[in-house]
Amino acid sequence: MKFPYNEKVLEHFRNPRNVGSIENPDGKSTEGSPACGDMVSVYIKVDKDTKKIKDVKFESYGCASNIATGSIITELAKGKTLEEAKNIDWKQASDALGGLPKIKTHCSVLAVDGLRAAIANYEEKHGLVKEKVPTTKEIVLKRLKHVMNPLAGLDLVRTNLISNIKVENGIVEVEVQLPEDHQFANNIREEILEKLESLWDIDEVTVRFSL
Amino acid sequence: MERETIYFDNAASSRMDERVLESMKPYFFDVYAVATSEFGYSLGIEARDALDGARTKILSALGNPEGKLIFTSGNTESSNIAIKGVVKKLSGTKGKHIIVSGIEDFPVLNSARSLEREGFKVTYLNVDKYGLVDPDELNDSINEETILVSIQHANQEIGTIQDIKAIAGICNKNNVIFHSDATHSFGRVPIDLSTLDIDLLTVSAHTIHGPKGIGALYVKEGVPVAKWIDGGFQEFDLRAGVENIPGAIGFAKTIELITEEENKRIKNLRDYLIEKIQKEIPDTVLNGHPEKRIPNNANITFHFVEGESITLHLDMKGFAVSTGSACFSKSLEASHVILGIGGDHERAHGSVRFTFGRFNKKEDVDQIVDALADIVGKLRKISPLKGKKRGKNEISV
Repeated sequence: MKFPYNEKVLEHFRNPRNVGSIENPDGKSTEGSPACGDMVSVYIKVDKDTKKIKDVKFESYGCASNIATGSIITELAKGKTLEEAKNIDWKQASDALGGLPKIKTHCSVLAVDGLRAAIANYEEKHGLVKEKVPTTKEIVLKRLKHVMNPLAGLDLVRTNLISNIKVENGIVEVEVQLPEDHQFANNIREEILEKLESLWDIDEVTVRFSL
Repeated sequence: MERETIYFDNAASSRMDERVLESMKPYFFDVYAVATSEFGYSLGIEARDALDGARTKILSALGNPEGKLIFTSGNTESSNIAIKGVVKKLSGTKGKHIIVSGIEDFPVLNSARSLEREGFKVTYLNVDKYGLVDPDELNDSINEETILVSIQHANQEIGTIQDIKAIAGICNKNNVIFHSDATHSFGRVPIDLSTLDIDLLTVSAHTIHGPKGIGALYVKEGVPVAKWIDGGFQEFDLRAGVENIPGAIGFAKTIELITEEENKRIKNLRDYLIEKIQKEIPDTVLNGHPEKRIPNNANITFHFVEGESITLHLDMKGFAVSTGSACFSKSLEASHVILGIGGDHERAHGSVRFTFGRFNKKEDVDQIVDALADIVGKLRKISPLKGKKRGKNEISV
C-alpha cells in the first residue's frame, strides 16, 4: 500500500504522544482556526525555578501532518528550558519526523507556532518578557494576522477586515468591518481577545463591529 | 493488510466490469481497423458499423436513438466542447453572457472562468442549502446577451439532482442553449431526451464501471457547436482523430449492464449507510438533499474533525473515500460545493463523500461504519473543537 506520508509520520499520526489538555496550565495557546482547516492548542506546565517544561500537551483539529507535528514537538519540548524550546523550528520538527511534504508546511508549522505562542503566553503572564516593547499598532496588527476570517479561510488582515486599530493608555480598540450580528462575530471577537489580552502593557481590549 | 480495498469512491472512478473488457477485446485484436467511409474496405466498414452501433445504444438509453452523439475522451472534454464550442460559434452574433451554477464540477466551472478571462460575462447562480438552483432566479438572470446556460444534472459531491426539466424549459422559452453535465447521474437516474428539451448533454463511462478515457457529448440537431479538434472529418466533423472504438463499445456495454434492480440495491445500501452513521456517530450532518439525490451518493460531515485525517485513517484500514477538506485537495481549497450550500469551512473540512457502485456489499457498509465510529471518536478526543458548539446553517435530516 502507498500512503502519502512516511512511516514515522504515520506512526505519530496513529498514536500521537502527549495528547489532551492540562488543567490550569502555566501557558497555553491556540493557533489557526477551523476556517483555515487546521487548529492546534498547546498547553505547558513550567518548573518555576529551572524554567524547564515539565509537561506539555496538545490538541489538534487538523490533517495528518498537523497531528504528527503536534506530537513530535511535544516530545522535543518536554524537559527542555523555555529558551531551548523556543528555538525548536519547523525544520527540526520535520527532520525528527523523517520529512514532511512541502505542500503541508502550513499545517505543520502551526504546531510549531503553537508551542512558541504557549511559551510567549507563559512569559507574558509571568512578567518574563525581557525586552518590554510598548505595544504599537504594528504589534497588534501582527497578532491579528493569526486570527482567521472563517469566510475566506485567510486571516483578518489579509482579507482587509480590520478597519481601525487604536492603542492608548493600555487600551486597545479594534474595529472589524463586519456587522455585529454576523455569523462569526462572536468567534472572531473571542479570538481577538485571546491574542491581545496577554500583551504585557494592555489592560483592556475592545472589539467593535462596524458594518 | 492484504485484503482488497473496500472502495467507496466510485464517483471519482470505478473498477471496470470484466464483461465490459470482454466486449472491447475484439476491437483491439480482430476489428482493429480505423472506421472508414462506406466505400472503404470491409474491416473498416465493420469498425464503422460497430462504432455507430455503440452510438445508437447510448442514444437509445437517453431516449433519442436518432440524435447526435460525439464520442470524446471523457466528461471533461465533453463539457469543454459544449461550452467553448457553442460560445465560439455564437459569439459576435448574439452576446457574451453565460450562466452556470456555482457548484458545477471543474470542467464546467473552469471553462466558464476561462471564458471570463477572455472577456465573457459569467453569472454563477447561487444554490439553496440543498444545492438546488432556483429556476426563477435562472429566469431572471437571462438577458438578451445570454447565449448559454450550463447547469449540471446531479452534483459530483453532494449528489443533489436539479430540476432540469424546469431549467430546460426556461432556457427553451428564452431561446438560450442549455448544456447539462450528467456525468454523475447517467446510468443511475433516468434521462429521457424525448421528453426533456436539452441541447447538449455530457456523459461518461468511468464512474459506472466502464473504461476510462471515453465519454460522449449529446448534441441536439441544429445546435451550433464549433469544430473542437482540427484534422479529419470524424465525429460529425466536430472532433477529428482516430475514434476510440474499443472505448465506445465498452461504453455501450457499460450502459447495457446497468439495471433498475442494481440502482435500487445501491440506493438501499446507501440509505443503510446514512442511517447507520446517524444512529452510531453523534454530531453528523448529511450534505445535500434528503430525497432529490442520486442513489449512489452520501456526503456526511463529521463535526469537530478534519477530513484528511479521517480518509488517511480509513485508508490505513483499507477503505477508500474522498473528502471536501482543503488538506485533501491539490489546490488546498475547501470544497466549493459545501461552501456553496452555505456551509462554513468546518463543515467542508469535515465532510466525507461515499459513492457506491456495483461491487459494494452490505458487509462493506457495516465495516466502514464500525471503522468510522472508532476513527471519528479518536480524532474528536484530540480535537480542541469538541467542546465548542456547532456552527450555524445546520441541515437536520
